[in-house]
Amino acid sequence: MPKDTGIGAATTRREDVRFLTGRGQYTDDIQTQGECAAVFARSTVANGKIKSIDTSAAAAMPGVLAIFTGEDFAEVGGNPAGWLINSRDGTPMHEPKRPVLAHGKVRHVGDAYAAVIAETVQQARDAVEAIEADIEELPAIVNMKDALAADHYVHDEIGTNQCFDWGWIEDNRAATDEAIKNAHHVTTLELVNNRLVPNAMEPRCSIGHYNPGTDEYILHTTSQNPHLTRLLISAFVMGIPENKLTVIAPDVGGGFGSKIYHYGEEALVLAAAKKLGRTVKWTADRTEAFLTDAHGRDHVTKIELALDEEGNFLAFRTETMANVGAYLSNFSTATPTFLHGTLMAGNYTVPLVYVNVKAVFTNTAPVDAYRGAGRPEATYSLERVIDKAAREIGMDPIELRRKNFVKPDQYPFASAAGLEYDSGNYDALMDQMEKVADKAGFEARRKESKAKGLLRGFGVNAYIEACGIAPSNLVGVLGSRVGLYDAATVRVNATGNLSVMVGAHSHGQGHETVFPQVVGEMLGIDPQSIDIVHGDTSKIPFGMGTYGSRSLAVCGSAVVRATEKIINKAKKIAAHMLEASDADIELKDGVFSVAGTDKSVSFGEVALKAYIPHNFPLEDIEPGLEETAFYDPANFTYPSGAYCCEVEVDPETGKVRVDRMTAVDDFGNVINPMVVTGQVHGGLGQGIGQALVENTTYDEDGQLLSASYMDYTMPRADDLPFYIVDHSKGNPCTHNPLGVKGCGEAGAIGSPPTVVNAVIDALQSGGKNVTHIDMPMTSHRVWSAMNNA
Amino acid sequence: MTKVTMTVNGKSVSGDVEGRTLLSSFLREDLRLTGTHIGCDTSQCGACVVHVNGEAVKSCAMFALEADGADVTTIEGQANADGSLNTIQQAFQDHHGLQCGFCTPGMVMSAAALLKDNPKPSEAEIREYLEGNICRCTGYHNIVKAIMAASGQDVSAIAAE
Repeated sequence: MPKDTGIGAATTRREDVRFLTGRGQYTDDIQTQGECAAVFARSTVANGKIKSIDTSAAAAMPGVLAIFTGEDFAEVGGNPAGWLINSRDGTPMHEPKRPVLAHGKVRHVGDAYAAVIAETVQQARDAVEAIEADIEELPAIVNMKDALAADHYVHDEIGTNQCFDWGWIEDNRAATDEAIKNAHHVTTLELVNNRLVPNAMEPRCSIGHYNPGTDEYILHTTSQNPHLTRLLISAFVMGIPENKLTVIAPDVGGGFGSKIYHYGEEALVLAAAKKLGRTVKWTADRTEAFLTDAHGRDHVTKIELALDEEGNFLAFRTETMANVGAYLSNFSTATPTFLHGTLMAGNYTVPLVYVNVKAVFTNTAPVDAYRGAGRPEATYSLERVIDKAAREIGMDPIELRRKNFVKPDQYPFASAAGLEYDSGNYDALMDQMEKVADKAGFEARRKESKAKGLLRGFGVNAYIEACGIAPSNLVGVLGSRVGLYDAATVRVNATGNLSVMVGAHSHGQGHETVFPQVVGEMLGIDPQSIDIVHGDTSKIPFGMGTYGSRSLAVCGSAVVRATEKIINKAKKIAAHMLEASDADIELKDGVFSVAGTDKSVSFGEVALKAYIPHNFPLEDIEPGLEETAFYDPANFTYPSGAYCCEVEVDPETGKVRVDRMTAVDDFGNVINPMVVTGQVHGGLGQGIGQALVENTTYDEDGQLLSASYMDYTMPRADDLPFYIVDHSKGNPCTHNPLGVKGCGEAGAIGSPPTVVNAVIDALQSGGKNVTHIDMPMTSHRVWSAMNNA
Repeated sequence: MTKVTMTVNGKSVSGDVEGRTLLSSFLREDLRLTGTHIGCDTSQCGACVVHVNGEAVKSCAMFALEADGADVTTIEGQANADGSLNTIQQAFQDHHGLQCGFCTPGMVMSAAALLKDNPKPSEAEIREYLEGNICRCTGYHNIVKAIMAASGQDVSAIAAE
């Protein structure tokens, strides 16, 4: 019997009601008496020297209250990178300053060099048009290879366009080279991991408010992590004391990574609010989002796989150029390195891995973590080269993977890329995938497709990712400048209901429903009596927010620890009320009882007693019932999966249609299977989007050609199938209290290579010797590949 | 500024607008009906879909003045009279047809318009109809399923949850 509530129940989401009735409150929905509007003047050239900015005409326009330029922020700090990467030679990465507004130079189309504050947004827009900026256009640096060879720079002061040249694991380099040199067979593949725009449906929005009476600031903003945003603004950029700045992220309409980062617009509205004594609001339009939200992926990689006669993997070696854009966004240096290189052993017992990543500055928008963040890039390289190798050595691609899988008796397993996998069973996932995907029926379906004149292909993938980001001790050694714990406060109110304040932020993940399932189960009470508070730094403990599939594995663990403390204290109170010893108190179904007796008190009675502590043993028990826990994970978690995809390719047009998509994942224990399945669906949609339709295109002058939904193809409902999703074969994480691994990114990690492998299989079945097509596999690319084969 | 009067969710409303004021802005900023969302500038995303005289309209692609005298329904006017979720809204909740909720008002309004014209749409008809509504969270699976369920079709054969 499925459960109705608690851990494992597919409870429908309580937050849905407000969203379905139009009562959600997103940042742009907030309207304050007397608010004014900010609009930014943005560069129309990719690279340019700011010679002068004349704001006098704009300042005289109706409704204009203030104009800011880069000069106004020359003395404040830069927006920093959160992770220090050292190059192979030991030198630290280059970290050019990322100012609030461009100063001296503009470095990508959309780079803001001025901002107008006016009574209305229309007035501010009109005034922006009247700013006279003399910007001398310089040659744009767009292509990464050209950037590395260029003698002019995105940042003149560092004298190179290379941010770092990173090797992982450097001590394995010589041995890897040797293994590849001497191998029986080496498969080589050059591929592009296409640049994507995250495209959360809610554009970014920030509202600054300043109270001169108390010298306090409030920032409402579209953030996945309000405390991190506050820390960056306070400690690095503006110097506003943390205790004078409240950051509130209310309902947020999707993030996918793009709302992790602090952006200059947030600092601007705060500075403007203080200067004017008015509430200042900025809302991005969609083209601003395309131009300025941190983009994702954008790797160019050469990967080599060395095999012995039997098909055993001997080594993986990769060379990657990773685009970081014009400025270092907050996690941009971690994404292509420690979130990518460390996964480059995949699910395999391969003994040697060497990864080289050159990060490159270009005159394009910053690139940072986007759903999966480094792990999709690793999985794509591995799972494409393995498929190619299987074809070259004449082995079934599933058999080749199985031959090299880490086996269930090998855990904990030290991967050749430096991580310790705690649990998994990749063969069992592959078995389950073959079953639920009806692999046995594929040949019959292929015949049916052939009868329609279509080529059907079957593609597979096995992935592993590192989630539950992240153990602070480990990442600190690796260069992280932040800790990656999370925190929760469980407050039992006097009348017995609960408020649970969490550091994680829900922007679609369903925390308001799922976290109460955990607490309700532990306390034996109705989850409906438990509410989650999130997104407001003045209400919640210092947490690091939501990304990297971390909410449940890290913040959920903090919730468990805080609830355990509540239970311990409640037992003491119950023992006092029942005149028994703490050790004899049992909690079951929300009732505290003395073991072996019929003496009991309810959870509600204990809660009330905690706040009306008459006759309380104050030397032993404090009044109140509220506990906080911080949780720092001992290791990453390691979700894994086996995916397959069946496509139909029209040989006349090159059109690809995904007919069947199956995802079998090991997420460990599952709290709410409905929510988990939904997370996988979303990831699959984005992954298939990357594989088939999405692409970010800059021309040679650095103009973004795909800057609206007219030009950037978002996957629509009719591009996608119903998915088959299975997470019944979970192996619990061994090091967190819920045994959970994280499910938010899996779909986007596992699906792109699966789709590409399926298309290659389809073309090969039609006698076309096509071994690789770069994503997105548009009709034109597929047709061209077929006709050039 | 020109005076505009219309019926919104059954109530007569009026306001002074510029010629360039979009219906979406009038609803959000003047009437404070912020359930209608703005997700793009090119009338592609569909987060702003409302009904004007019974037809689904992208309110970012219509001037407020063009709706003078019209009967407009927004997401705020969709629930049953007692405040409970209507059939389509309930199906979205039951089948997890929303995550971040931002595209949801437009999805619900589009679904309502579809079902009015086509009470039992096929999966393919639903997917085609939703071409003008973009969702980034759900991969559309549960949206399509919810609309099928709302139309009274048996969705138990479609993958679980």
